[in-house]
Amino acid sequence: MENSKTYIVRYGEVALKGMNKPYFERMLIERIRKVLRKYEGIQVKREDGLVVIHTREDLAESAVIEGVSKVFGVDSISPAIEVESDIEAIGKAAVDFMMDLIETRGVKTFKVEAKRSDKNFPIESPQIAKQIGAKILKDCKVLSVDVHNPDRRIFIHVRRERTFIFGHKISAFGGLPLGTNGKGLVLLSGGIDSPVAAFMMAKRGMLIEAVHFHSYPYTSERAWEKVQDLGRILTAYCGKIKIHSVNLLPIQEQIIQKCPEDETTLLIRRFMMKIGERIALDTGCLMLITGENLGQVASQTAEAIVVTDEAVHLPVLRPLIAFNKADIVKKAQDIGTYETSILPYEDCCTVFLPKHPKTKPKLNAIMQSEGYLNWQALIQDALDRKETVVIYPED
Amino acid sequence: MFVYLDNSSTTRQYNEVTKIMLSMMEENYGNPSSMHRMGLLAETAVKKARKSVATSLGVMEEEITFTSCGTEADNTAILGAAQARKRKGNKIITSQVEHPAVLEVCKKCERMGFQVDYIKVDEKGLVDQKELEQRLDDSTILVSIMAVNNELGTVEPIWEIGRMTKEKGDILFHTDGIQAFGKIDLNIENVDLLSLSGHKIHGPKGTGALYIKKGIHMEPYLLGGGQEKGFRSGTENTPGLAGFGLAADIISRTKENRIKKLEQVRHYLLNGIREEIRDIVINSPEFVYEPSNGCGPVCSPAILNISFLGCRGQVLLHTLEQRDIYVSTGSACSSRKKGSHVLVAAGLAPSKIESAIRFSFSEFNTIEEMDYVVFELKKAVTGMRKLRKQR
Repeated sequence: MENSKTYIVRYGEVALKGMNKPYFERMLIERIRKVLRKYEGIQVKREDGLVVIHTREDLAESAVIEGVSKVFGVDSISPAIEVESDIEAIGKAAVDFMMDLIETRGVKTFKVEAKRSDKNFPIESPQIAKQIGAKILKDCKVLSVDVHNPDRRIFIHVRRERTFIFGHKISAFGGLPLGTNGKGLVLLSGGIDSPVAAFMMAKRGMLIEAVHFHSYPYTSERAWEKVQDLGRILTAYCGKIKIHSVNLLPIQEQIIQKCPEDETTLLIRRFMMKIGERIALDTGCLMLITGENLGQVASQTAEAIVVTDEAVHLPVLRPLIAFNKADIVKKAQDIGTYETSILPYEDCCTVFLPKHPKTKPKLNAIMQSEGYLNWQALIQDALDRKETVVIYPED
Repeated sequence: MFVYLDNSSTTRQYNEVTKIMLSMMEENYGNPSSMHRMGLLAETAVKKARKSVATSLGVMEEEITFTSCGTEADNTAILGAAQARKRKGNKIITSQVEHPAVLEVCKKCERMGFQVDYIKVDEKGLVDQKELEQRLDDSTILVSIMAVNNELGTVEPIWEIGRMTKEKGDILFHTDGIQAFGKIDLNIENVDLLSLSGHKIHGPKGTGALYIKKGIHMEPYLLGGGQEKGFRSGTENTPGLAGFGLAADIISRTKENRIKKLEQVRHYLLNGIREEIRDIVINSPEFVYEPSNGCGPVCSPAILNISFLGCRGQVLLHTLEQRDIYVSTGSACSSRKKGSHVLVAAGLAPSKIESAIRFSFSEFNTIEEMDYVVFELKKAVTGMRKLRKQR
């Protein structure tokens, strides 16, 4: 196409989906179109095994890469040049491409790799690489070949209709396109873990809705601002996010007055799960998602998780269960939620922290304590007072 | 009822101030450095503001340098004085209860090779004059002690400390007067450098001033176009300065009645709390004037710091906020960190520190408001203590 830029997008795992492949491809293309919707003159289409994007020539490369590399299902993206599948034309374009790299990046050594999808093309892949390499060497005199450790690889992908030439692959997150795996409700505390958990499930194609629990006035309004900021960061990956905000204070007050102190945290966790389940059922979420991590705190020991898990019937996904804390932190930094997560506002779990929480709770004992409370009414009351905001991706 | 009791953090701007700022933005928007009439008009406005601030302190116009805030005034004063006097000695004396705008600069001076002594305070936040006198020596170049403590309201003996520095010799004395300006009778006879801020006196944010006593030479801090007689370059914030000047004008005109009103409101709230709520500790000096026995520290009429034992200050703050009452725990600048350095330095027990609330008053507060505050406070404190007792 004249006056346009080309990008090729690879999608490893989506391509493996036997009969459902067209559906996954369609969802992927829809997501890519959505993140690029704000720009004019975008064309996205599927071409055997690749997604090809055309943009206007004046649209910055960084904008396209930034957007598309956050689409789940995308393995990698490359800016590319398109030429007619003819060895002369390919050679000429490859030389132009290298000249540009020499000028802008100071490239000194290179290697050509070629692939021939169109088996009718008269030259075999190794030969294509050899011939184009020789032409580049001859025409760009400053360059030399280094097959082991080149400054730049140049890829020639010969296809039936036309050939793509590209220099590097910007890797993306992989996974599956958003919306191909139902919707989940994440318990978003505002800490480091839960946004990462939401991200990881979204990466598997799950749409995300969130519930946040607070204990205002024991927690501050800034904590709620912070959770919305985290939601805003997540929208870049997950699309628009609905966040429900539930005040747990009346429940916490009841627990403190009527139940043993060392069970407070677990009882509250069970209430969070139950309220989460009610919201999930009302909003079409199929599962709950938490940032729980085995052994991280007293309420996340194996025994404690048995007790929290029992509170609900819906499956509870805990994508971080086996991660080390340092790895979760690293992930949060990569996603961009870390800096916001560590802002020092108290969350509702720390407000009434018992001095010695139970680490090996017994389900029977906890359920007995729960029996002292009119929990159905407390949950209904909390739900009646919940607030909801919808956060849209920023354009 | 809406009750704003966080006036030591910032104050509501006088309507007159807003009006004059608006006219500066819409009409008198010239650059004072311009040669033409628009420049002259803007310069006149800045001159008038400088005169107002100078008059409110009883000093000369040329002794006032405008800055962008109180923090900049503190920074400029301490770094400038230390730089100017470094050949004479290397010791700086300050107190443990200064505002971070002073303490952080002092820490920087330590990194630059100066020795900094941090004077202790008593349980009311009063600087230990004896210790200060002992530490004054021939190598001392600068003493920086605030006039009124921002968290406790304690009035520090700056006249006496200033005199000590003068008797000892050529030692510069800087005072952070930001909480004192317009709230107490500020005698700066012995003060060489004084920091002020606009937004604590119903002026605009983004304005401050440094008083530099005539004859004291300091190196410029911001270099550039030579504004503020070359001492503080940068195009003047003309709307802000006009507003600051007018606010200074108003507070010095209304001073006596205003201070009397602050005293009344503070006294009324203190009595109300004392009558209605048990287990409280008054952290501020109790009296605004010297008590009859002739000794003990006095407090600014604008500040009252009280601990409500068994309650967490932060939770109390948010509970009151639900009732449209706005207070603070510690100072707004440090309340997000753990514990107030001022209350720690005053030797308060952790149980008092975590339950401390600062009420700070302005002339807009009324007695009726204080009735409402006592009522809501009692409700909140009782509720929180009940919850606590279940544990």
